[in-house]
Amino acid sequence: METWINNLASFIEWLPQVHLAHFLLLSAALFSLGVYAIITRRNAILLLMGIELVLNAANINLIAFSRYNGSLDGQTAAIFVIILAAAEAAVALAIVLNIFHRFSTVNVDEVSSLKE
Amino acid sequence: MELFDIVFYVFALITLGSACVVVFSKNIVHAAFSLLFTFFGVAGIYVLLRADFLAVTQILIYVGGILVLMLFGVMLTNKVINVKIKTGTMQAWPAGIAVSILAGLLAGVFYSNWKDAQLPASTVDATTHLLGEMLMTSYLLPFEIASVVLLVALIGAALIARRNR
Repeated sequence: METWINNLASFIEWLPQVHLAHFLLLSAALFSLGVYAIITRRNAILLLMGIELVLNAANINLIAFSRYNGSLDGQTAAIFVIILAAAEAAVALAIVLNIFHRFSTVNVDEVSSLKE
Repeated sequence: MELFDIVFYVFALITLGSACVVVFSKNIVHAAFSLLFTFFGVAGIYVLLRADFLAVTQILIYVGGILVLMLFGVMLTNKVINVKIKTGTMQAWPAGIAVSILAGLLAGVFYSNWKDAQLPASTVDATTHLLGEMLMTSYLLPFEIASVVLLVALIGAALIARRNR
């Protein structure tokens, strides 16, 4: 208990000075929110939004480490993540539109058959 | 606290607050519009990390492209007649517990490993020129593959979304 309180106190003292780990903690929080959205949401478009949150969290991590290492490799990887996110969103939304025309719903739990 | 720290916390607050609205809001349109603020907040974080090109790309592609696509999706997949643009969540408690454990693990790993890692003084001013050079030299193959992927995705999306075949 004593050590736990000491750890918490040192954590609160550590917070105001922004280092690398602050960015990592932010991305961890964003990632968890995205995963929560993917698990709980049943609307296909909200699932896509959760995926975008997860991809953004990954990008923050890549760029933070790229800044920490002083090389631009991480930023290049982040560019490819953005490219793939754009392609994924376009294809996924086309599929969602088709599902809506066919089943009149975008609830992913109700769409469980390949054909009517 | 210096200016850098304050700006970081402002952008972190914008990002996480609007991400919470995206995740917990019952109204899809509210979720889509607060996703806008999440993307802006993340772009601000990129600026703080001296990734100027990526910050602009983030705003152009995410806000200008993906978010507009999402709004189209929201508008096209909800019948305008019944104005019920609401959506529920399920398994909120088990998912919440599982995700908090995941978040705690991630935060613990990040905090214990990189607690004292200082960001070095930056040697680079503008990244656009250097990124362009890297894309044309050491990342040429992934760059070309990405262009093919985008073309395939474009044609595929147009083909799938077409109504009558």
